[in-house]
Amino acid sequence: MLTLEKRPQPSQAWTYLAPLVAVVVTMIVGGAVFAMLGKPPLESIRTIFWDPLFGEFAAFDRPELVKKAGPLVLIALGLSFGFRAGIWNIGAEGQYIMGAIFGAGIALAFYPMEARWLIFPLMIIAGMVGGMLWAMIPGLLKVKFKTNEILVSLMLVYVADFMLDSMSLGLLRNPEGHGFPGSRNLQQYASAYNGDLIAGTGLHWGVIAALFAVVVSYIALSRHIFGFNVRLAGQSPRAAAFSGVNANRLVLVCMGISGALAGAAGMFEVAGPSGQILSSFNVGYGFTAIIVAFLGRLHPIGILLAGCLMALTYIGGETAQLTLGLPRSAVQLFQGMLLFFLLAVDLFTNFRIRLTAKEAA
Amino acid sequence: MDLSAINPILLLASLMVAATPIMLAAIGELVVERAGVLNLGVEGMMITGAACGMIFAYNTGNAWLGFAGAAAGGMALSFLFAILTQYFLSNQVATGLALTLFGLGLSALLGQNYAEARPPAFPKMDIPILSDIPVLGPIAFNHDPMVYVGLILVAGVWAFLKFSRAGLVLRAVGENHEAAHALGYHVIRIRILAILFGGACAGLGGAYISLVRVPQWTEGMTAGAGWIALAIVVFAGWKPVRLLLGAYLFGGVTVLQLNLQAAGLAIPVEYLSMSPYIATILVLVILSAGRAPGSLGKTFHASR
Repeated sequence: MLTLEKRPQPSQAWTYLAPLVAVVVTMIVGGAVFAMLGKPPLESIRTIFWDPLFGEFAAFDRPELVKKAGPLVLIALGLSFGFRAGIWNIGAEGQYIMGAIFGAGIALAFYPMEARWLIFPLMIIAGMVGGMLWAMIPGLLKVKFKTNEILVSLMLVYVADFMLDSMSLGLLRNPEGHGFPGSRNLQQYASAYNGDLIAGTGLHWGVIAALFAVVVSYIALSRHIFGFNVRLAGQSPRAAAFSGVNANRLVLVCMGISGALAGAAGMFEVAGPSGQILSSFNVGYGFTAIIVAFLGRLHPIGILLAGCLMALTYIGGETAQLTLGLPRSAVQLFQGMLLFFLLAVDLFTNFRIRLTAKEAA
Repeated sequence: MDLSAINPILLLASLMVAATPIMLAAIGELVVERAGVLNLGVEGMMITGAACGMIFAYNTGNAWLGFAGAAAGGMALSFLFAILTQYFLSNQVATGLALTLFGLGLSALLGQNYAEARPPAFPKMDIPILSDIPVLGPIAFNHDPMVYVGLILVAGVWAFLKFSRAGLVLRAVGENHEAAHALGYHVIRIRILAILFGGACAGLGGAYISLVRVPQWTEGMTAGAGWIALAIVVFAGWKPVRLLLGAYLFGGVTVLQLNLQAAGLAIPVEYLSMSPYIATILVLVILSAGRAPGSLGKTFHASR
């Protein structure tokens, strides 16, 4: 008979292996789903995972990959601090939207003045502040009233979504837009445009910020007392309290970091690849980033790799839509499946399976 | 603005309809949480129920079969959650989130060919005599049958938890799974049954949106209803009767803001549309005063 036996220590090998196994299992099951939809399974998998990197049109896809991975990594890094400490900010999508609104708001307030040295840094700060303020609402309510941060942060996604609609139709609408919804396109405003730093690479300031955040997070988590406290609070809240970790402050700091990074991601996106405040601006990066954070084991390097993989599924999924007629939602399903399998495979990280003789009753 | 255009009787009647999907999903989740399991996948199960309900109802031409299919769909999804959290001992918060993301993708895939479909009619049923009472009749006794199914479920869960032995065992498992295990109760089995019940209820709630409330299928049409159901369980302090109150309160806000939109209030539509979500947050902050089941969200593993 099979029984589970808790490992004294989580298995190191499985910690690294689990995401890989999960990806492989997802490809197999995903292939089966595609086959059921009447699409060639191997070709679908190749289109999603291989072609954007090495296929015929990879030169077009690679910059897109970088642009999509940037925000995902940035948001997921912020979330990882809270997730480690048992603080569940799942409203990153809303903070991402607010960051974009604040960032674009600053840019449009200065329009048409040209002063990149002033406007662009201000936009970055505004984006971070916007996201942070939005994340502080669940944070403060949790600290003051013990309100569940999961539910509040999520409700605020819907509120932010309506706020975005309202901005694109009202306050931030382009006065020269002939009545169409949407703000001025920041891509045509040199002081605010977050374009490729090296043309054709997809490498914009948001991507640089994401890479920078990877390094800083790595240092903070592994070499700094803050990272130690975060991990301690997650593994044993009581021990953390005895060692003098202020639980309330930790909630606010973790929510603040995740909100600021999500807000920054939103600002870089609205000033760059997206260009304008429009109700279709957000495409679910804030939710996909949750998968990225878990798939990356809440570890900065892991998140970087997982972010690239998720970006790959977005790009590959778009290609598969065009060439194979795969429905758009199939990719979403794929991403959800990935997290599922990861959580299942994680069993082997904490438990050992033992074959035991059935006990006599 | 013309406030006189709002008919209070119609308002209250549509309040009962607006509250029903949330009530159905919330009463299921209440049972799950009383068994000590936190399933954050309600939104995913609801939207899958909405898609399954449309598919079954459209293809069979019978709304009741649609609801049955939706319950089965929600249950199938919750079964995944049950396997993962109860046998694979995964983190319930993360698994619930995964279930929601998965459900959103799955439902979009399932429903992709049904965007134009209209579900079969689901007639209202006049309860004889009672529906003839002035004022109260049209408000409370002239609805489609699912409104009453929701109410009966709430009453049933209330009675089950309060009076039945099985309900007592379920609460024991939720309060302290170690003790319940020591007493010889099958913690895992009881929890799986509770999770499946929760899935079926969420499926029904979702189908009510796609078959009665809207009625058609669009991607992401539950728009956070599953999360609001979760919030209402917290607001209700894990008690069925207060849950009823929470669902009606939410239904009231939803219907009122829709009516104000129609009446042409000077506030922009977007801000009115936010109000149910903001109301949910406010309610969570001000009115939640219950104690969560002792083992809520904790993983159970009988080790030797």
